[in-house]
Amino acid sequence: MNGAFVRVFIAILNKDLRAELRSRELVATMLLFALLSILAFSFALELDSGARTEAVSGVLWVTIIFGSILGLNRSMAMERENGSMDAMLLAPISRGALYLGKLFANYVFTLAVGILLLPLMTVLYNTNVFSPVIILIMFLGTLGISTTGTLLAAMTVQTRAREALLPIAMLPVVLPVLLAAVNGTTGAINNNPQQPYDLWLQILIAVDLVYLVLCYWMFSYVVEE
Amino acid sequence: MSDTRTIIEIENLTKAYGYLPVLKRLSLVVDRGQFVGLLGANGSGKSTLLRLLSGLSKPTAGNIRVGGWQMPQEANAVRAQIGMVSHKSLLYDNLTARENLAFFSRLYGISDSTLLDNLLKRVGLEKRAHSLVRTFSRGMQQRLSIARALLHNPHVLLFDEPYTGLDQDAAAVLDDLLLQAHADGHTILMATHQLERAARLTNRIVILNRGTVAFDDVPPAPEKLAVLYADATGTVTAR
Repeated sequence: MNGAFVRVFIAILNKDLRAELRSRELVATMLLFALLSILAFSFALELDSGARTEAVSGVLWVTIIFGSILGLNRSMAMERENGSMDAMLLAPISRGALYLGKLFANYVFTLAVGILLLPLMTVLYNTNVFSPVIILIMFLGTLGISTTGTLLAAMTVQTRAREALLPIAMLPVVLPVLLAAVNGTTGAINNNPQQPYDLWLQILIAVDLVYLVLCYWMFSYVVEE
Repeated sequence: MSDTRTIIEIENLTKAYGYLPVLKRLSLVVDRGQFVGLLGANGSGKSTLLRLLSGLSKPTAGNIRVGGWQMPQEANAVRAQIGMVSHKSLLYDNLTARENLAFFSRLYGISDSTLLDNLLKRVGLEKRAHSLVRTFSRGMQQRLSIARALLHNPHVLLFDEPYTGLDQDAAAVLDDLLLQAHADGHTILMATHQLERAARLTNRIVILNRGTVAFDDVPPAPEKLAVLYADATGTVTAR
């Protein structure tokens, strides 16, 4: 990784964060969707408090995944609308740096929404999910979601049915992340030695690393015809 | 061995999307400093040719050399020599004019901030440097797009239908910027449907028809070009 690589990575990350700080389009959309989802689930599970406690980690992660799909679609669509992705591809830059810049911008947005949801879910579901371990799982889970989502959004944004295609393409791929994150979160909530969360944390780290390497390698094939 | 006067060499270039060929064994040589008008009906292969030259697309067969560098094997060396302006702005709406140029200058490894101010002045946007691009008219966006394309002082400038959506005044400003860029020594390839403008601005006309070169010569008078264009493409066009 040389100076040019880091320079391009920082430039793209900085550009996306600056544009989002100005428009607040992505985070606002994702957050609003997430809030409505957890509220809807909260009402749907209202009658059975036991089921609500059991379901809290599933509700949390499914909400984050669907919210991130909204954000990822919009993030890549913004690159395509004015052809600005082409402008970046015209520059003699590493496609890997371009991928990592987009990935980490999407990661920051998804993570911010995920972290904001934790205290809210603690109140709504009467279950403490705002703990250091669950925050750590949030860091790792949203990284896995953003890693695969950035690559798949770059693929599907080139199609007409991109809004429908991204969830169809992404949900099966992100399933290992979902599984590890939900089980890890449940383990951390219950703090049950029979169901330890640390194994799921290790799986989550391994899945993140595999996806990061694969997606980094595949990105140039996806964006270049 | 290529001639040092030559900057673009295209040899037997073929591009197909699936089974549909868009360019068919097209060959073209462009000398340094030429201003080439690429004409042709929709689907004739103009935009495809420019995308192949810029490295945004890969050829199915054939060779492209820009400044002696081979595409796509030496794509980054070619990209460093090419600036492109499209009918899309290729800019970020939620960034200011200066922020857009600053972002792209970082991609090209340019740290000279006075260059950004000079370019904004050159395209007449120095007073709107800190305005968001989404507040710009189409003509202003196109001028900023030219500033972006000139950032790294490329040898070759590619224009893909740059007059799309411009009113007469904005088009006249664009004419001046194109002529200025040409006078500064840039080699220009411009795909356009505007025959009169192509005849007036360029010093070479290439008409494409169904992926091959149907006409290649110095620009004739606009009236004659319209007739030549109709003959070469089998279409009727208004000037």
